[in-house]
Amino acid sequence: MSNALPPFQRFLDAHRESVWRFLVCSVGAADAEDCFQETFLAALHAYPRLRADSNLRSWVLTIAHNKAMDSHRGRARRALPVADPAAVDPREERSPQARDETLWKAVGELPERQRSAVVLRYLGDLPHRDIATAIGCSEDAARRSLHEGLTNLRKAVPA
Amino acid sequence: MNPITPSDDSFAETLQRRLGTRADSPHELDAERSAAARAAARVADRATAEGLADVSYASVDSPFGTLLAVATQQGLVRLAFPEEGVDPVLERLSQRLSPRIVESSRPLDPLRRELDDYFKGARRSFDLALDWSLIGPFARRVLGVTSEIPYGNVLTYTEVAAEAGSPRGSRAAGNALGSNPIPIVIPCHRVLRSGGGLGGYAGGLERKRWLLDLETGTGVLVIQPPI
Repeated sequence: MSNALPPFQRFLDAHRESVWRFLVCSVGAADAEDCFQETFLAALHAYPRLRADSNLRSWVLTIAHNKAMDSHRGRARRALPVADPAAVDPREERSPQARDETLWKAVGELPERQRSAVVLRYLGDLPHRDIATAIGCSEDAARRSLHEGLTNLRKAVPA
Repeated sequence: MNPITPSDDSFAETLQRRLGTRADSPHELDAERSAAARAAARVADRATAEGLADVSYASVDSPFGTLLAVATQQGLVRLAFPEEGVDPVLERLSQRLSPRIVESSRPLDPLRRELDDYFKGARRSFDLALDWSLIGPFARRVLGVTSEIPYGNVLTYTEVAAEAGSPRGSRAAGNALGSNPIPIVIPCHRVLRSGGGLGGYAGGLERKRWLLDLETGTGVLVIQPPI
């Protein structure tokens, strides 16, 4: 029993909150819903081929990270204002902009790999090894990107 | 690196707080949890509606408590009594059918309506697509015969075995009936021991008696007393 994949619904129940929080922080409340749907539908599609001993949390956060990157790129292409106040329902869950605009902006302006490393580490709580898998680099490189990202953030936003 | 800057770890803590990954109040945490739950429910419903899930399940109220009903794209595949537990049933189905299992009540709405009517005495047969894939070849013959027994009627294990083409196989027929994955709908409660004894029932003999009483309508079961 222990080396079998749990039913998908149990996987969804176990990880929905981490993925939601990650996406709200990463793409904002307005786009989190779409990314969340895409993340879990993609996960469902690939699910039966997954090895039962996989780290499911890292796996789904990697997918969420990729969907978030797609969303960032899509938004850049559409050149929409990042946070049109009228477009965001104030009753919606808090957006990162409402939290700490300066810091969030600084994260958004990091080079892509550094941003990914920072977001996966501190919003997704992934270990370095899994960040490396998500970004597609070595563990050392992931550690380096994370450190560089933090150094840049510290310069941009004095703690 | 400037030696007086804080360590990565303590800066990270500030970062997490200021980016909002640490919820500031129980209220915010609740709002976030329920938003995640709603989004997850939409995923499950979409997965079913778009045919991406292989298996969907829902709970169904009944006089026996909350039943677990499970359907594939072919039809109803499993109906489980409350004591079987949701997780053990789903885990076995995950291995036998597919791990693409989501909770979604819409595919099971017809079952819910028909069961309600049946339990009220307003329905005598079920008009539902069934998925027989959990049922082996011999059990398929036995349960096939069983599903033809009309409402309010009964056969013996021996009769069912004979009809299934295995006249000496009443014990095997009993086993097949005992592992019926879709009780009530495939009416294995309508099979009794020769001589009129109730025989067995995976859901418990009280339920078997209750169903037979319901179907005879009188509360008095017209069977011979056990010898």
